[in-house]
Amino acid sequence: MLNKLDGLWVYAIIFIVFLYGPVLLMPVFALNDGTFATFPLKGFTLKNFASMAQNTSMILAFQNSLKIAIGVAILSTVLAMPAALALTRFRLPMGAPIQSFMMLPLVIPSIVIAVALLVIILKIFGIQLSLWTVAAGHVLVCLPFCMSVLMSRLEGFDANLEEASRDLGCSAWQTFWRVTFPLALPGVISSLLMGFIISFDEFVIAFFLTGTENTLPVYLFSQLRFPNKMPGVLALGSLILVGSAVLVIAAEIIRKRGAPSNNPGDF
Amino acid sequence: MTALSDPIEVSPPRDAERFRRWLRGYGLLSPALAVMFAMLALPIAALVLLSFWTQNGFELDRSLTVENYAQLVRLKDEPTIWFGIPFYFNYPVPAILMIKSVIMSLTATIAVIALAYPMAYFLAFRVHKHKALWIIMITIPFWTSYLLRVFAWKVVLGFNGAINSGLKAIGVIDQPLEFLLYNPGAVVITLAHSWVAFAILPIYVSLEKIDRSLLEAASDLGDSKLKRFFRITLPLSAPGTVAASLLVFIPTVGDYVTPTLVGGPGGTMIGNLVQELFLKQNNAPLGAAVAITMMLIIALIVAIFLWAIGYRRIRARRM
Repeated sequence: MLNKLDGLWVYAIIFIVFLYGPVLLMPVFALNDGTFATFPLKGFTLKNFASMAQNTSMILAFQNSLKIAIGVAILSTVLAMPAALALTRFRLPMGAPIQSFMMLPLVIPSIVIAVALLVIILKIFGIQLSLWTVAAGHVLVCLPFCMSVLMSRLEGFDANLEEASRDLGCSAWQTFWRVTFPLALPGVISSLLMGFIISFDEFVIAFFLTGTENTLPVYLFSQLRFPNKMPGVLALGSLILVGSAVLVIAAEIIRKRGAPSNNPGDF
Repeated sequence: MTALSDPIEVSPPRDAERFRRWLRGYGLLSPALAVMFAMLALPIAALVLLSFWTQNGFELDRSLTVENYAQLVRLKDEPTIWFGIPFYFNYPVPAILMIKSVIMSLTATIAVIALAYPMAYFLAFRVHKHKALWIIMITIPFWTSYLLRVFAWKVVLGFNGAINSGLKAIGVIDQPLEFLLYNPGAVVITLAHSWVAFAILPIYVSLEKIDRSLLEAASDLGDSKLKRFFRITLPLSAPGTVAASLLVFIPTVGDYVTPTLVGGPGGTMIGNLVQELFLKQNNAPLGAAVAITMMLIIALIVAIFLWAIGYRRIRARRM
């Protein structure tokens, strides 16, 4: 073990500390009995978490985010599944440019997506801003992620199984439900979880496209201006971090179960 | 294949059959494509259209004009001085913020690559056990709330933050260091931290794909470890590294959350201007023109960058 502790190992450990350090300070200060996020720590308390139960506007925002995230996760996965099938199973002319087009939301700054949607919603269609418009924006940003998760899963197992099913007399629809879907299930679940996390944590688009109702990140942002709200923000932030981390780990574990993939990107 | 014993199967599929197959493929694609058109292509087109309209108080003047773009480049005699650089623009704010945003995001991108490359190298060549665990550990931060990761830096760098109160508690300083937060440096550090996890994966994938026998051959032919790295590893990992730097640079130029939370008045970026024009100054057409100009400038920078490093050549070499 000792001869392994060369420069790169030391670097890797420092890197992980840098990556997690700032974020892990949040739960530390949330459990600290003080009004400011400062050292030295004054003592252990759970009161910041306990007081969240009385915060109705926060609970409301949480419920809104939950509804949007569940809906968005389902809708983007349902939209992404046939598209992923088309791009992996049918050698379509124009397949590559279409795929690049679908991945565009990944590289367009989210503020541009947000204002572009704002323009079309308000100035062109004249629709009122609401949680529905937020959800619509979230479907757009979740689609590329769901597609790439599903595509890598579909590429990971043998397409001959589907052909065998067709040769044995199943219809395309039966083949999908009896062969493709069960084999792709880990990808589907991980796509649902990814969509949920992205939508639940998304701020910029929700900030621009929400009406009078808040999502949780928008609520959190509105609290950041007030220094006396700091302990509550820290407590809420810690819970969100822990929740997201658990979901990400679940998504990754489910995704890599089952058939091995030869793409080194998804280990 | 059963085709060998069945000569009829060998004949290429007829055009009609192939056509039907394409039709089914496009049929499966169409829902997602429709959403992408309705919610990406159409809104961007609307944004472009809006940038050719003008705002008169509360009225939106729908006659087409290039007034908004003209406003961005109209000159005047008295220059506005910014860091010793004279700007002869009548409305210099967008130009200054654009240049500042590009410089800040470029700095953050370079920092990200410098931090991510050794980590990706470590994952590809040094980690043999529990590789999946390492990769999950590195990807988790990227999936957790961007807003919270940026906010965490406010907790670290703030006037009453972790660094200041920590240094004060152990007696290194008497007064909090005010230069930590609310400046471009804080924005660059925060951006680098927020995006570094995202950059590791593409670099790691291209390093992992390198044929190990090439490395052995280089060593056998007398290359030192350092020489081998510069002659084999670095060039072959270029596609992933280039992809990673673009994936970081493009979205960070227009970032809104980071400059708003940790930038202060001195650390504002072009995204803040877009937000202000849309939501506060009620001048959406000018905001649209700024957003479109920003996208075009980003695209231009990316094109020049790819041309300068000869990206086609790099990609071809990988094949």
